[in-house]
Amino acid sequence: MRGYLGIDIGSISTKGVVIDENNNILASEYLWTEGDPMNAVKRLLKVLEKQLQGKDVNIVSVGTTGSARKLIGAMTNASVVKNEITAHAIGTTTLHPDVRTIFEIGGQDSKIIIIDNGFVVDYAMNTLCAAGTGSFLSSQAHRLGVSVEDFGEIALTSKSPTNIAARCTVFAESDLVHKAQIGHKKEDIIAGLCKAVVTNYINNIGKGKRIQSPIVFQGGVSKNVGVKKAFEDAVGAEVLVDPNGHLMGAFGVAVLAKKSGIEKPFSFDVADIEFKTTGFECPKCANHCEIICVFKDDVLIDSWGNKCDNGAVKIGQ
Amino acid sequence: MINNENIACFPQWANYACAFKYICEKGFETKYIIPPPITKKTIELGSKYSPDYVCAPFKYCLGCYIEALEQGANCLMQIYGGCRLNYYGELAEVILKDMGYQFKFFNMADINFKSIKSIVEHFKIINPNFSLVKVAKSIPVMMNIIKTIDKFEDYIRLNVGFEVNEGEFEKTYNEFLQKLNNLKNGKQLKQLKKIYWKKLTNIKVNKPSKIIKVGMIGDYYTVQEPFSNYFMEKELAKFGMEIHRYMNLTNTLIHNKGKERKNVAKKYAKYNLGATANFTVAEAIDFAKNKFDGIIQVKSFGCTPEIDAMPILQNVSKDFNIPILHFSFDSQTSETGVKTRLEAFYDMVEARNKG
Repeated sequence: MRGYLGIDIGSISTKGVVIDENNNILASEYLWTEGDPMNAVKRLLKVLEKQLQGKDVNIVSVGTTGSARKLIGAMTNASVVKNEITAHAIGTTTLHPDVRTIFEIGGQDSKIIIIDNGFVVDYAMNTLCAAGTGSFLSSQAHRLGVSVEDFGEIALTSKSPTNIAARCTVFAESDLVHKAQIGHKKEDIIAGLCKAVVTNYINNIGKGKRIQSPIVFQGGVSKNVGVKKAFEDAVGAEVLVDPNGHLMGAFGVAVLAKKSGIEKPFSFDVADIEFKTTGFECPKCANHCEIICVFKDDVLIDSWGNKCDNGAVKIGQ
Repeated sequence: MINNENIACFPQWANYACAFKYICEKGFETKYIIPPPITKKTIELGSKYSPDYVCAPFKYCLGCYIEALEQGANCLMQIYGGCRLNYYGELAEVILKDMGYQFKFFNMADINFKSIKSIVEHFKIINPNFSLVKVAKSIPVMMNIIKTIDKFEDYIRLNVGFEVNEGEFEKTYNEFLQKLNNLKNGKQLKQLKKIYWKKLTNIKVNKPSKIIKVGMIGDYYTVQEPFSNYFMEKELAKFGMEIHRYMNLTNTLIHNKGKERKNVAKKYAKYNLGATANFTVAEAIDFAKNKFDGIIQVKSFGCTPEIDAMPILQNVSKDFNIPILHFSFDSQTSETGVKTRLEAFYDMVEARNKG
């Protein structure tokens, strides 16, 4: 059987999906990137290989997305290296062809994608600031002494969510401390935090966007039922969370790899090969481009970062 | 009379340095230094000595001044405009003097353009013994340099994404710019213009029948200075698109269409938004009416007129069903983030174009 591998390497988590020709998921995994995308992908590949054992699947094409897509694309000899906005849109429209709005909140970024007739017509992504993303929620969960996995369930038990200043993470945090100290209940604060995340989202990247149903909510934070409910209250419509919502980027880029028709040899053995990256500053002008070289078993396979031809590192040097 | 004391310099800004050089050297008979091309070092220097919340164009200019002063410039120049830019000359002057540099400063914001006396007095900063005749004679040539640059760049923007041999436009155009740096007179400009226009229009391009058209809008500096917008036009062209941009010196300094632009924008922006934000709105409307596939607004972080234009642009986007992407740049913007959004932008307009 022919299989297509999609890998989504985010700042916080790394996701992998293997699909067949009919977009059925044959194997999938979600694990922490831990600041080392190459190792995370190696761990990911080991798990996926195990899941596929005995299934006679031959990976013919690989797609990568997420912030480390280029690096991992070079490592896995990918056919498709795609930005996460397109990957998410393709993944979601494949599973939910009628979707109009995609909310996505990940570890350090959040985005909104507006879809009309299956086409992306508008999108936005947070810039400069990670307020209201997964990493904010998990650090606040830590502060409150609850695990982030239980966060949503606790939020649902609240009858009157505490108002928490949502505009900025720093202010939200000091407001939260203040509200806790004057005696607000923990579940109300937690529900308030979920609300704050949503308010922040709607007022920042959602600003001026035509939010229409059906709405699909995905990314790691979509697993938080408290945030899901806060979204539903805010937009006054049902918000769908796909059980595979956290894998949507990887799924989308697997679909893109399949659609591309480009087949390149891939073997799970890359998990055992040594990859190294080195970075250096190009000394040829005052711009000092940071050039990254990727080595596979000490052989240079790719490089990037140069702004002009003077800084180009030729393969085979 | 020739002045041997002053070495003038205007901050790097798109490719106009050769025009400023011409007016200084041939008109004011004062030496001119073309500052080094903008690099990361320029913006690092600029940011280090600027107030943090000032807009990025100020930081670029300050960085350019420092690099030019280090190379011997001693007569710096700044223009004026419809926003905080009017204070920027003065602010830069104070900062640089506090740093210990000694120089003269030709600040156009200080000139009262209704008074010949005021104009002459300020011109004397560049050269105390300047000849009005020579200045008057060199102005049309300077204008012509600017118009030529803008004409060539308009053509390149429309075609570079489709060149058959990669890099040909850039190479030819850079050759032309090099020659402009040492321009002798208007006659030579005419010759060069003829030769290089022919060269540029002879470069082989392979355009498909259905072309994706993208319009660039944004604040005066950021939309024109490629370094400050992360070479966005170049990146977009790589995908194989036509890039259109109205904003340049020809359309503002030489043929100022401010009134006409305000009229176009009127339905969406009744009042003056300040700086070039009414142009931004008017251009968006023009692009939308001409059935462009998408519009990109680039602005410096904290540029208030352009921020005010954003909700208005969203109305344009809604009414004409055209995607408008917004970018805010500061000295610290991540390049990866910019590329991700641009890629997604291309995927979006391409899919719409096909569908």
